[in-house]
Amino acid sequence: MRVMTMIAGICLVGAAAGWLLSAPTVSDAERPLSAGDPAQGRIVFTAGGCASCHVAEGAKESAAPVLSGGQRFASDFGTFVAPNISNDVTHGIGAWSTLDLGNALRHGTSPGGQHYYPVLPYAAYIHMTDQDLYDLRAYLATLPANATPSQPHEVGFPFNIRRALGFWKLLFVKDGWVLANVPTPELERGRYIVEALAHCGECHTPRNALGGLQRDRWLAGGPNPNGKGSIPNITPAKLDWSVAEIVEYLTSGFTPDFDTAGGHMAAVVENTAKLPPSDRAAIAAYLKAIPAAE
Amino acid sequence: MLFRSLIALGLAFSCALPALAEGEADAVVKARRAQMTLYSYNLAPLGAMAKGTIPYDADVATKAATNLASLAKLDQSRLWVEGSDQMSVDNTRALPDIWNNLDDVAAKATAMSAAADAMQVAAGTDLAALQAAMGDLGGACGACHKVYRAPE
Repeated sequence: MRVMTMIAGICLVGAAAGWLLSAPTVSDAERPLSAGDPAQGRIVFTAGGCASCHVAEGAKESAAPVLSGGQRFASDFGTFVAPNISNDVTHGIGAWSTLDLGNALRHGTSPGGQHYYPVLPYAAYIHMTDQDLYDLRAYLATLPANATPSQPHEVGFPFNIRRALGFWKLLFVKDGWVLANVPTPELERGRYIVEALAHCGECHTPRNALGGLQRDRWLAGGPNPNGKGSIPNITPAKLDWSVAEIVEYLTSGFTPDFDTAGGHMAAVVENTAKLPPSDRAAIAAYLKAIPAAE
Repeated sequence: MLFRSLIALGLAFSCALPALAEGEADAVVKARRAQMTLYSYNLAPLGAMAKGTIPYDADVATKAATNLASLAKLDQSRLWVEGSDQMSVDNTRALPDIWNNLDDVAAKATAMSAAADAMQVAAGTDLAALQAAMGDLGGACGACHKVYRAPE
Protein backbone atom coordinates (compact mmCIF):
# COMPACT_ATOMS: atom_id res chain seq x y z
CA MET A 1 0.00 0.00 0.00
CA ARG A 2 2.82 2.39 0.93
CA VAL A 3 4.58 1.46 -2.31
CA MET A 4 1.43 2.20 -4.32
CA THR A 5 1.08 5.57 -2.62
CA MET A 6 4.70 6.37 -3.32
CA ILE A 7 4.37 5.45 -7.00
CA ALA A 8 1.22 7.50 -7.27
CA GLY A 9 3.01 10.37 -5.57
CA ILE A 10 5.97 10.17 -7.96
CA CYS A 11 3.61 10.06 -10.93
CA LEU A 12 1.77 13.08 -9.61
CA VAL A 13 4.99 15.05 -9.11
CA GLY A 14 6.16 13.98 -12.58
CA ALA A 15 2.88 15.04 -14.14
CA ALA A 16 2.99 18.36 -12.32
CA ALA A 17 6.58 18.96 -13.47
CA GLY A 18 5.63 17.98 -17.02
CA TRP A 19 2.67 20.34 -16.93
CA LEU A 20 4.88 23.19 -15.78
CA LEU A 21 7.65 22.39 -18.27
CA SER A 22 5.26 22.24 -21.20
CA ALA A 23 3.61 25.54 -20.34
CA PRO A 24 3.53 28.08 -23.18
CA THR A 25 5.98 30.94 -22.71
CA VAL A 26 4.62 34.47 -22.72
CA SER A 27 6.23 37.81 -22.30
CA ASP A 28 4.05 39.82 -19.97
CA ALA A 29 5.22 43.38 -20.39
CA GLU A 30 4.99 45.68 -23.36
CA ARG A 31 8.43 47.13 -23.81
CA PRO A 32 8.63 50.91 -23.76
CA LEU A 33 9.65 51.48 -27.37
CA SER A 34 8.95 54.10 -29.94
CA ALA A 35 5.88 53.34 -32.04
CA GLY A 36 6.55 51.05 -35.00
CA ASP A 37 7.50 52.37 -38.40
CA PRO A 38 5.41 50.67 -41.11
CA ALA A 39 8.02 51.36 -43.82
CA GLN A 40 10.66 49.48 -41.83
CA GLY A 41 8.04 46.88 -40.95
CA ARG A 42 7.56 46.16 -44.61
CA ILE A 43 11.22 45.11 -44.87
CA VAL A 44 10.77 42.82 -41.85
CA PHE A 45 7.60 41.40 -43.44
CA THR A 46 9.36 40.83 -46.78
CA ALA A 47 12.49 39.29 -45.29
CA GLY A 48 10.29 37.12 -43.06
CA GLY A 49 8.39 35.80 -46.08
CA CYS A 50 5.05 36.17 -44.25
CA ALA A 51 3.01 36.57 -47.45
CA SER A 52 4.55 33.52 -49.15
CA CYS A 53 2.63 31.22 -46.80
CA HIS A 54 -0.28 33.38 -45.62
CA VAL A 55 -1.81 34.56 -48.90
CA ALA A 56 -4.47 32.29 -50.44
CA GLU A 57 -3.33 29.47 -52.74
CA GLY A 58 -2.40 30.87 -56.15
CA ALA A 59 -2.97 34.50 -55.10
CA LYS A 60 -1.27 37.06 -57.30
CA GLU A 61 1.63 38.97 -55.87
CA SER A 62 0.47 42.40 -54.81
CA ALA A 63 1.66 45.54 -53.09
CA ALA A 64 -0.86 45.05 -50.28
CA PRO A 65 -1.19 41.26 -49.91
CA VAL A 66 -4.42 39.80 -48.52
CA LEU A 67 -3.26 37.44 -45.79
CA SER A 68 -6.40 35.33 -45.72
CA GLY A 69 -4.57 32.00 -45.30
CA GLY A 70 -5.62 28.61 -46.63
CA GLN A 71 -2.38 27.29 -48.16
CA ARG A 72 -1.81 23.67 -47.18
CA PHE A 73 1.51 22.27 -46.00
CA ALA A 74 1.82 18.50 -45.88
CA SER A 75 4.33 16.97 -43.47
CA ASP A 76 5.12 13.69 -41.71
CA PHE A 77 2.98 14.89 -38.80
CA GLY A 78 -0.14 15.90 -40.72
CA THR A 79 -1.28 18.69 -43.00
CA PHE A 80 -1.07 22.23 -41.68
CA VAL A 81 -3.29 24.98 -43.07
CA ALA A 82 -2.00 28.54 -42.91
CA PRO A 83 -4.39 30.71 -40.86
CA ASN A 84 -5.86 34.10 -41.71
CA ILE A 85 -3.46 36.76 -40.38
CA SER A 86 -5.13 39.65 -42.19
CA ASN A 87 -6.22 42.76 -40.36
CA ASP A 88 -9.74 41.40 -39.70
CA VAL A 89 -10.53 41.68 -35.98
CA THR A 90 -12.59 38.46 -35.88
CA HIS A 91 -10.95 36.10 -38.37
CA GLY A 92 -7.51 37.68 -38.62
CA ILE A 93 -5.15 39.34 -36.16
CA GLY A 94 -6.56 42.86 -36.38
CA ALA A 95 -7.20 42.92 -32.64
CA TRP A 96 -3.72 41.75 -31.65
CA SER A 97 -1.37 43.94 -29.65
CA THR A 98 2.36 44.01 -30.35
CA LEU A 99 2.71 41.80 -27.29
CA ASP A 100 0.36 39.21 -28.83
CA LEU A 101 2.36 39.29 -32.05
CA GLY A 102 5.63 38.93 -30.14
CA ASN A 103 4.35 35.97 -28.15
CA ALA A 104 3.18 34.30 -31.35
CA LEU A 105 6.32 34.90 -33.40
CA ARG A 106 9.02 34.57 -30.75
CA HIS A 107 7.48 32.00 -28.42
CA GLY A 108 4.91 30.23 -30.59
CA THR A 109 2.19 31.10 -28.07
CA SER A 110 -1.29 32.28 -29.06
CA PRO A 111 -3.09 35.17 -27.33
CA GLY A 112 -5.22 32.48 -25.63
CA GLY A 113 -2.07 30.86 -24.19
CA GLN A 114 -1.94 27.84 -26.51
CA HIS A 115 1.12 26.44 -28.31
CA TYR A 116 1.35 26.97 -32.06
CA TYR A 117 2.77 24.22 -34.23
CA PRO A 118 6.33 24.90 -35.36
CA VAL A 119 5.16 25.16 -38.96
CA LEU A 120 5.12 28.80 -37.84
CA PRO A 121 8.91 29.21 -37.73
CA TYR A 122 9.17 30.63 -34.21
CA ALA A 123 12.36 28.63 -33.72
CA ALA A 124 13.85 31.24 -36.10
CA TYR A 125 11.70 34.27 -35.22
CA ILE A 126 12.78 33.88 -31.57
CA HIS A 127 15.73 36.07 -32.58
CA MET A 128 13.54 38.92 -33.87
CA THR A 129 14.45 42.26 -32.31
CA ASP A 130 11.92 44.29 -30.34
CA GLN A 131 12.11 47.16 -32.81
CA ASP A 132 11.45 44.84 -35.78
CA LEU A 133 8.46 43.43 -33.94
CA TYR A 134 7.02 46.89 -33.39
CA ASP A 135 7.66 47.88 -37.00
CA LEU A 136 6.10 44.65 -38.26
CA ARG A 137 2.99 45.23 -36.13
CA ALA A 138 2.66 48.72 -37.59
CA TYR A 139 3.03 47.41 -41.17
CA LEU A 140 0.54 44.54 -40.72
CA ALA A 141 -2.03 47.10 -39.56
CA THR A 142 -1.80 48.79 -42.97
CA LEU A 143 -2.79 45.62 -44.88
CA PRO A 144 -6.38 44.78 -45.89
CA ALA A 145 -8.78 42.87 -43.65
CA ASN A 146 -10.39 39.70 -44.97
CA ALA A 147 -13.16 37.70 -43.30
CA THR A 148 -12.22 34.21 -44.52
CA PRO A 149 -12.33 31.91 -41.45
CA SER A 150 -9.10 30.01 -40.68
CA GLN A 151 -9.31 26.27 -41.34
CA PRO A 152 -8.25 23.73 -38.70
CA HIS A 153 -4.99 21.80 -39.18
CA GLU A 154 -5.40 18.17 -40.20
CA VAL A 155 -3.20 16.57 -37.59
CA GLY A 156 -3.91 13.19 -35.99
CA PHE A 157 -3.12 11.69 -32.59
CA PRO A 158 -0.68 12.13 -30.85
CA PHE A 159 0.44 15.28 -32.66
CA ASN A 160 -2.91 16.93 -31.99
CA ILE A 161 -2.05 17.25 -28.28
CA ARG A 162 -0.87 20.82 -28.38
CA ARG A 163 0.39 20.84 -24.81
CA ALA A 164 3.02 18.30 -25.83
CA LEU A 165 4.54 20.95 -28.09
CA GLY A 166 5.93 22.46 -24.89
CA PHE A 167 8.38 19.56 -24.74
CA TRP A 168 9.22 19.96 -28.42
CA LYS A 169 10.03 23.59 -27.75
CA LEU A 170 12.21 22.67 -24.75
CA LEU A 171 14.18 20.29 -26.96
CA PHE A 172 14.45 22.21 -30.20
CA VAL A 173 13.88 25.93 -29.77
CA LYS A 174 17.24 27.52 -28.93
CA ASP A 175 17.87 31.17 -28.31
CA GLY A 176 21.56 30.99 -29.30
CA TRP A 177 22.86 31.69 -32.80
CA VAL A 178 24.29 28.93 -34.99
CA LEU A 179 27.12 31.10 -36.33
CA ALA A 180 28.60 32.42 -33.09
CA ASN A 181 31.24 34.75 -34.52
CA VAL A 182 30.16 37.62 -36.74
CA PRO A 183 33.14 40.00 -36.86
CA THR A 184 31.57 42.52 -39.32
CA PRO A 185 28.23 44.37 -39.30
CA GLU A 186 27.52 42.80 -42.72
CA LEU A 187 27.92 39.27 -41.34
CA GLU A 188 25.80 40.17 -38.33
CA ARG A 189 23.04 41.43 -40.62
CA GLY A 190 23.39 38.34 -42.84
CA ARG A 191 23.07 36.10 -39.80
CA TYR A 192 20.00 37.98 -38.62
CA ILE A 193 18.30 37.63 -42.00
CA VAL A 194 19.22 33.97 -42.61
CA GLU A 195 18.86 32.57 -39.08
CA ALA A 196 15.99 34.75 -37.86
CA LEU A 197 13.75 36.54 -40.36
CA ALA A 198 14.10 34.53 -43.58
CA HIS A 199 14.13 31.25 -41.59
CA CYS A 200 16.25 29.58 -44.30
CA GLY A 201 17.13 26.71 -41.96
CA GLU A 202 13.49 25.59 -41.79
CA CYS A 203 13.88 23.97 -45.22
CA HIS A 204 17.64 23.90 -45.82
CA THR A 205 18.60 22.24 -42.52
CA PRO A 206 17.76 18.55 -42.15
CA ARG A 207 15.45 17.46 -39.33
CA ASN A 208 15.57 14.57 -36.88
CA ALA A 209 12.80 12.01 -36.35
CA LEU A 210 10.91 14.40 -34.05
CA GLY A 211 11.06 17.24 -36.54
CA GLY A 212 13.76 19.20 -34.72
CA LEU A 213 16.46 20.93 -36.76
CA GLN A 214 19.87 19.23 -36.75
CA ARG A 215 21.80 22.39 -35.97
CA ASP A 216 25.13 20.58 -36.36
CA ARG A 217 24.18 20.11 -40.03
CA TRP A 218 23.10 23.72 -40.47
CA LEU A 219 21.88 24.46 -44.03
CA ALA A 220 23.27 21.11 -45.24
CA GLY A 221 20.05 20.25 -47.10
CA GLY A 222 18.00 17.08 -47.08
CA PRO A 223 14.72 15.60 -48.23
CA ASN A 224 11.89 18.03 -48.91
CA PRO A 225 9.59 17.81 -45.85
CA ASN A 226 6.70 19.11 -47.94
CA GLY A 227 6.69 16.69 -50.86
CA LYS A 228 8.95 15.13 -53.43
CA GLY A 229 12.56 15.95 -54.21
CA SER A 230 15.28 17.30 -51.99
CA ILE A 231 16.44 20.65 -50.67
CA PRO A 232 20.01 21.57 -51.63
CA ASN A 233 22.98 21.89 -49.31
CA ILE A 234 23.90 25.60 -49.31
CA THR A 235 26.98 25.39 -47.10
CA PRO A 236 30.39 26.06 -48.71
CA ALA A 237 30.77 22.26 -49.04
CA LYS A 238 28.32 22.23 -51.93
CA LEU A 239 27.41 25.79 -52.88
CA ASP A 240 30.41 26.91 -54.94
CA TRP A 241 28.79 30.07 -56.33
CA SER A 242 30.64 33.36 -55.98
CA VAL A 243 29.21 36.14 -53.82
CA ALA A 244 28.14 37.95 -57.03
CA GLU A 245 26.37 34.81 -58.25
CA ILE A 246 24.50 34.36 -54.96
CA VAL A 247 23.46 38.02 -55.04
CA GLU A 248 22.26 37.67 -58.66
CA TYR A 249 20.23 34.59 -57.71
CA LEU A 250 18.57 36.47 -54.84
CA THR A 251 17.91 39.43 -57.17
CA SER A 252 16.66 37.95 -60.46
CA GLY A 253 16.33 34.27 -59.59
CA PHE A 254 18.90 33.25 -62.20
CA THR A 255 21.43 30.57 -61.25
CA PRO A 256 24.98 30.77 -62.66
CA ASP A 257 23.77 28.43 -65.45
CA PHE A 258 20.77 30.71 -66.12
CA ASP A 259 18.23 28.29 -64.89
CA THR A 260 15.85 29.95 -62.40
CA ALA A 261 14.60 29.29 -58.92
CA GLY A 262 11.50 27.09 -58.88
CA GLY A 263 8.88 25.90 -56.43
CA HIS A 264 8.83 27.56 -53.04
CA MET A 265 12.30 29.03 -53.60
CA ALA A 266 10.81 31.17 -56.38
CA ALA A 267 8.59 32.76 -53.71
CA VAL A 268 11.66 33.31 -51.53
CA VAL A 269 13.44 35.08 -54.40
CA GLU A 270 10.36 37.29 -55.00
CA ASN A 271 10.97 38.45 -51.43
CA THR A 272 14.76 38.79 -51.45
CA ALA A 273 14.48 40.75 -54.73
CA LYS A 274 12.59 43.45 -52.80
CA LEU A 275 15.18 43.77 -50.03
CA PRO A 276 17.84 46.49 -50.08
CA PRO A 277 20.90 45.34 -52.13
CA SER A 278 23.01 45.48 -48.97
CA ASP A 279 20.78 42.80 -47.41
CA ARG A 280 21.32 40.43 -50.34
CA ALA A 281 25.07 40.99 -50.09
CA ALA A 282 24.82 40.27 -46.35
CA ILE A 283 23.06 36.95 -47.01
CA ALA A 284 25.79 35.98 -49.50
CA ALA A 285 28.54 36.92 -47.02
CA TYR A 286 26.86 34.81 -44.34
CA LEU A 287 26.56 31.77 -46.61
CA LYS A 288 30.29 32.01 -47.33
CA ALA A 289 31.08 32.17 -43.59
CA ILE A 290 29.14 29.18 -42.26
CA PRO A 291 30.87 25.83 -41.66
CA ALA A 292 31.02 23.47 -44.62
CA ALA A 293 28.85 20.42 -43.98
CA GLU A 294 29.08 17.54 -46.45
CA MET B 1 -10.52 -12.29 -57.08
CA LEU B 2 -7.45 -12.29 -59.31
CA PHE B 3 -9.77 -11.93 -62.28
CA ARG B 4 -11.43 -8.86 -60.72
CA SER B 5 -8.04 -7.28 -60.04
CA LEU B 6 -6.98 -7.87 -63.60
CA ILE B 7 -10.09 -6.16 -64.90
CA ALA B 8 -9.49 -3.20 -62.58
CA LEU B 9 -5.89 -2.97 -63.75
CA GLY B 10 -6.97 -3.10 -67.37
CA LEU B 11 -9.51 -0.34 -66.76
CA ALA B 12 -6.92 1.81 -65.03
CA PHE B 13 -4.63 1.53 -68.04
CA SER B 14 -7.33 2.15 -70.62
CA CYS B 15 -8.44 5.27 -68.77
CA ALA B 16 -4.96 6.80 -68.70
CA LEU B 17 -4.15 9.64 -71.09
CA PRO B 18 -3.34 8.60 -74.63
CA ALA B 19 0.37 7.90 -74.26
CA LEU B 20 2.87 9.36 -76.68
CA ALA B 21 4.97 6.89 -78.59
CA GLU B 22 8.39 6.64 -76.96
CA GLY B 23 10.31 8.20 -79.84
CA GLU B 24 7.80 11.03 -80.07
CA ALA B 25 8.04 11.78 -76.35
CA ASP B 26 11.84 11.85 -76.55
CA ALA B 27 11.72 14.29 -79.43
CA VAL B 28 9.31 16.62 -77.61
CA VAL B 29 11.39 16.67 -74.43
CA LYS B 30 14.61 17.17 -76.42
CA ALA B 31 13.15 20.11 -78.34
CA ARG B 32 11.87 21.67 -75.12
CA ARG B 33 15.26 21.36 -73.51
CA ALA B 34 16.87 22.84 -76.61
CA GLN B 35 14.58 25.86 -76.33
CA MET B 36 15.57 26.29 -72.66
CA THR B 37 19.26 25.85 -73.54
CA LEU B 38 19.04 28.62 -76.12
CA TYR B 39 17.39 30.90 -73.54
CA SER B 40 20.17 30.26 -71.02
CA TYR B 41 22.95 30.60 -73.63
CA ASN B 42 21.68 34.03 -74.59
CA LEU B 43 21.07 35.04 -70.99
CA ALA B 44 24.70 34.30 -70.12
CA PRO B 45 26.35 37.48 -71.48
CA LEU B 46 23.53 39.63 -70.04
CA GLY B 47 23.91 38.01 -66.63
CA ALA B 48 27.69 38.32 -66.69
CA MET B 49 27.36 42.05 -67.40
CA ALA B 50 24.71 42.44 -64.69
CA LYS B 51 27.03 40.75 -62.18
CA GLY B 52 30.04 42.73 -63.34
CA THR B 53 32.10 39.71 -64.38
CA ILE B 54 32.44 41.10 -67.92
CA PRO B 55 32.29 44.79 -68.93
CA TYR B 56 29.06 46.18 -70.32
CA ASP B 57 28.97 46.09 -74.12
CA ALA B 58 25.81 47.51 -75.71
CA ASP B 59 26.33 45.64 -78.97
CA VAL B 60 26.86 42.18 -77.43
CA ALA B 61 24.01 42.77 -74.99
CA THR B 62 21.62 43.85 -77.72
CA LYS B 63 22.39 40.83 -79.89
CA ALA B 64 21.79 38.44 -77.01
CA ALA B 65 18.61 40.21 -75.92
CA THR B 66 17.30 40.27 -79.50
CA ASN B 67 17.82 36.51 -79.70
CA LEU B 68 15.91 36.08 -76.43
CA ALA B 69 13.02 38.21 -77.64
CA SER B 70 12.91 36.19 -80.89
CA LEU B 71 13.07 32.87 -79.06
CA ALA B 72 10.18 33.91 -76.85
CA LYS B 73 8.08 34.53 -79.95
CA LEU B 74 8.54 31.05 -81.44
CA ASP B 75 5.36 29.02 -81.60
CA GLN B 76 5.76 26.43 -78.84
CA SER B 77 2.54 24.48 -79.27
CA ARG B 78 4.42 21.39 -80.48
CA LEU B 79 6.84 21.61 -77.53
CA TRP B 80 4.06 21.18 -74.99
CA VAL B 81 2.13 18.23 -76.34
CA GLU B 82 -0.43 16.75 -73.98
CA GLY B 83 0.90 13.58 -72.37
CA SER B 84 4.52 14.84 -72.21
CA ASP B 85 4.44 15.59 -68.49
CA GLN B 86 6.65 14.20 -65.75
CA MET B 87 4.19 11.42 -64.87
CA SER B 88 4.06 10.15 -68.44
CA VAL B 89 7.54 10.51 -69.93
CA ASP B 90 11.18 10.49 -68.81
CA ASN B 91 13.71 13.31 -68.45
CA THR B 92 11.25 16.09 -67.78
CA ARG B 93 10.13 18.02 -64.73
CA ALA B 94 7.05 19.45 -66.47
CA LEU B 95 4.12 19.02 -64.09
CA PRO B 96 0.75 17.70 -65.37
CA ASP B 97 -0.82 20.88 -63.96
CA ILE B 98 0.41 22.73 -67.06
CA TRP B 99 -2.31 21.09 -69.11
CA ASN B 100 -5.01 21.90 -66.53
CA ASN B 101 -4.14 25.61 -66.60
CA LEU B 102 -3.36 26.40 -70.21
CA ASP B 103 -4.78 29.92 -69.97
CA ASP B 104 -2.50 30.74 -67.07
CA VAL B 105 0.49 29.19 -68.84
CA ALA B 106 -0.26 31.30 -71.92
CA ALA B 107 -0.54 34.45 -69.78
CA LYS B 108 2.82 33.69 -68.17
CA ALA B 109 4.39 33.03 -71.59
CA THR B 110 3.07 36.39 -72.85
CA ALA B 111 4.51 38.12 -69.78
CA MET B 112 7.88 36.44 -70.43
CA SER B 113 7.86 37.60 -74.03
CA ALA B 114 7.07 41.15 -72.88
CA ALA B 115 9.94 41.01 -70.37
CA ALA B 116 12.28 39.84 -73.15
CA ASP B 117 11.15 42.75 -75.37
CA ALA B 118 11.83 45.13 -72.48
CA MET B 119 15.28 43.59 -72.09
CA GLN B 120 15.96 44.18 -75.79
CA VAL B 121 15.47 47.92 -75.21
CA ALA B 122 17.27 47.97 -71.87
CA ALA B 123 20.29 46.01 -73.12
CA GLY B 124 21.14 48.76 -75.59
CA THR B 125 20.48 51.57 -73.12
CA ASP B 126 23.00 51.20 -70.28
CA LEU B 127 24.15 48.85 -67.54
CA ALA B 128 21.69 50.12 -64.93
CA ALA B 129 18.76 49.55 -67.30
CA LEU B 130 20.05 46.07 -68.13
CA GLN B 131 20.37 45.17 -64.45
CA ALA B 132 16.83 46.33 -63.72
CA ALA B 133 15.43 44.41 -66.70
CA MET B 134 17.26 41.28 -65.52
CA GLY B 135 15.13 41.16 -62.38
CA ASP B 136 11.86 41.36 -64.32
CA LEU B 137 13.01 38.77 -66.83
CA GLY B 138 14.10 36.39 -64.08
CA GLY B 139 10.76 36.87 -62.37
CA ALA B 140 8.92 36.10 -65.61
CA CYS B 141 10.93 32.90 -66.18
CA GLY B 142 10.53 31.93 -62.54
CA ALA B 143 6.75 32.45 -62.63
CA CYS B 144 6.37 29.20 -64.58
CA HIS B 145 9.11 27.32 -62.76
CA LYS B 146 7.47 28.22 -59.46
CA VAL B 147 4.23 26.40 -60.14
CA TYR B 148 4.70 24.15 -63.17
CA ARG B 149 8.08 22.51 -62.64
CA ALA B 150 8.73 19.66 -60.19
CA PRO B 151 11.62 20.02 -57.73
CA GLU B 152 14.81 18.14 -58.54
